Amino acid sequence: MLNIVVCIKQVPMVNELPWDEKTGTLRRDLATGMMNPACKRAVEAALQIKDKQNASITVITMGPPVAEEVLREALAMGADRGVLICDRMLKGSDTYATSFVLAEVIKKESPDCDLILCGAYTSDSETAQVGPQLAEELSVPAAAYVENLDISGRTLRVRRLVDHFRETLEMECPALVTISMERYEPRYASFAGLNRAFVERDIAVLNADALGITAASLEARGSRTKVRRVFIRKAQKGNVMITGAAANAVGEFLDKYQRKISAVIGKSIESKNQT
Amino acid sequence: MKERQKSIWVFGDYRNYYQNRVTLQLISKAVDLARVIAAEVCAVVVGHDIEEWIMEYTAHGADRILAIDHPSLTSYSTEHYLVLMERLAGERNPDIILIGATDFGREFAPRLAKRLKTGLSADCVGLDITSEGLLVQIAPSFGGNMLAEIVTDKHRPQMATVRPGTFKEIPHNYERTAIVERLPLPANLPVSRVRVVEYERAAQKGHTIENATVIVCGGRGMGNKKNFKKLDELARLLGGDVGATRPVVYAGWAEHDALVGQAGKHIKPKILFSFGISGAIQHTAGLGEANFIVAINKNPQATMMKMADVAIAADASDLLNNLIKELKKRIRD
Repeated sequence: MLNIVVCIKQVPMVNELPWDEKTGTLRRDLATGMMNPACKRAVEAALQIKDKQNASITVITMGPPVAEEVLREALAMGADRGVLICDRMLKGSDTYATSFVLAEVIKKESPDCDLILCGAYTSDSETAQVGPQLAEELSVPAAAYVENLDISGRTLRVRRLVDHFRETLEMECPALVTISMERYEPRYASFAGLNRAFVERDIAVLNADALGITAASLEARGSRTKVRRVFIRKAQKGNVMITGAAANAVGEFLDKYQRKISAVIGKSIESKNQT
Repeated sequence: MKERQKSIWVFGDYRNYYQNRVTLQLISKAVDLARVIAAEVCAVVVGHDIEEWIMEYTAHGADRILAIDHPSLTSYSTEHYLVLMERLAGERNPDIILIGATDFGREFAPRLAKRLKTGLSADCVGLDITSEGLLVQIAPSFGGNMLAEIVTDKHRPQMATVRPGTFKEIPHNYERTAIVERLPLPANLPVSRVRVVEYERAAQKGHTIENATVIVCGGRGMGNKKNFKKLDELARLLGGDVGATRPVVYAGWAEHDALVGQAGKHIKPKILFSFGISGAIQHTAGLGEANFIVAINKNPQATMMKMADVAIAADASDLLNNLIKELKKRIRD
């Protein structure tokens, strides 16, 4: 049987972000969570393997207690087992620390895993670093931004498009792959699946202590970077402001910039009334 | 006692040299940073037949080149490059390593940082340095229009990947000279665990949003999918393309192909229309070179409005309908 681990993350739902109008910052505390879209595709990639062969899928996430939701969602889609790592000590981990913790979980919960899948990047921070760093922690071969994967025996074959090069790569399991947004449109969870996931299934919740992670080990293998401050991006231009009713504003705009626009689009939009 | 020579390294990512000059841009920035801390700028080039890159990096400002040229390095190999860079950095202890945020760089850099047991910031849009040599890395953050100042205070080297197009390259000067160290391939280079089965340059698409001269972008402020679809008509009238923000793509109003921004396309139109877009950095990071920006938003305080050459305070969908109507009257071929 093939043992697959999928590392997933809960991110704020981007199309309904609660913004603090005064500071222009995201109110993370009010944001509704969802499974990061690329992570969901990684779950789908695992499920497509399981559709074809005997496989067991463990989904792992690190986050606050509410992050359990995305594990339940993955279970509803068809994953077998969920593990939540939840500890105040791990709050604010950078990718260096996160990949260390995920590796400790995998070594403890799925020491014999054959394939590790991650989303290529998350929609909130977009560093795309956790997958590659996890591969280093586990000392396994890896490929990022994978569009398609096939597994035959112990050999993993992946296809990807990176920097305008189309690559087909092969490696032996255990291996790690990060899944891009290009393919693996995620399936919907069935009603029965949802019911099973939320009513019948248990999720293992581990804290740092259970993983043998101490303040000392975090000092040695935890975050390397510090966020000194966050600030709003400086606006750059801000020249002309046009206000008023839409029809008038359009007229004012076109009259003012008709030459410029005409030159760019190669057609005249210069008003017949104007000279 | 002689003080150790400080050094800022730039990794030579030359695979798309003629389309992507990020290595030259980083050498240029490294020259600025090096001035502050009296460091040398060192470009590392590994591969086969790399004389051209050695010459180019020298001409664009590098003081020193570390070069490993060997037939076994003919195609890009993350694992081989990792082993070579880990050894070089381990022997020479650079203060800073800068890597272009290409697909390759963004896979390679995090693994190198892990091997060197140091921090890494991703896709920086700015770099600064203190007189003590602390690299201040400006990276997009918090899922919105925020930038974070990130430092690696306790570990060295300090590492960052940097978004292509962030800095300007120094014009070439083929009279310049650099110390070129040609280093042998280590005898015990391990076999890469990743085998390349096929490797070919993808066919270049003809017309793409990346090279469109007019782009009509829409965001959440368009209200719904039906309103959003009317952007197609304006784009047709102007001979342009439609772009979209991430919330809109996730809502299914537009295809992923149309996504403009950090996770999507980087555009450089002569005219950009921005309808109902607040201006989150995930989107605006893709607009680095937009020439003339016209923003339409109900909220005159929106970031996008402040970035615009012309800001029209109006309901985006309402203004779009009026603009289409008026253009249809005016356009003469």
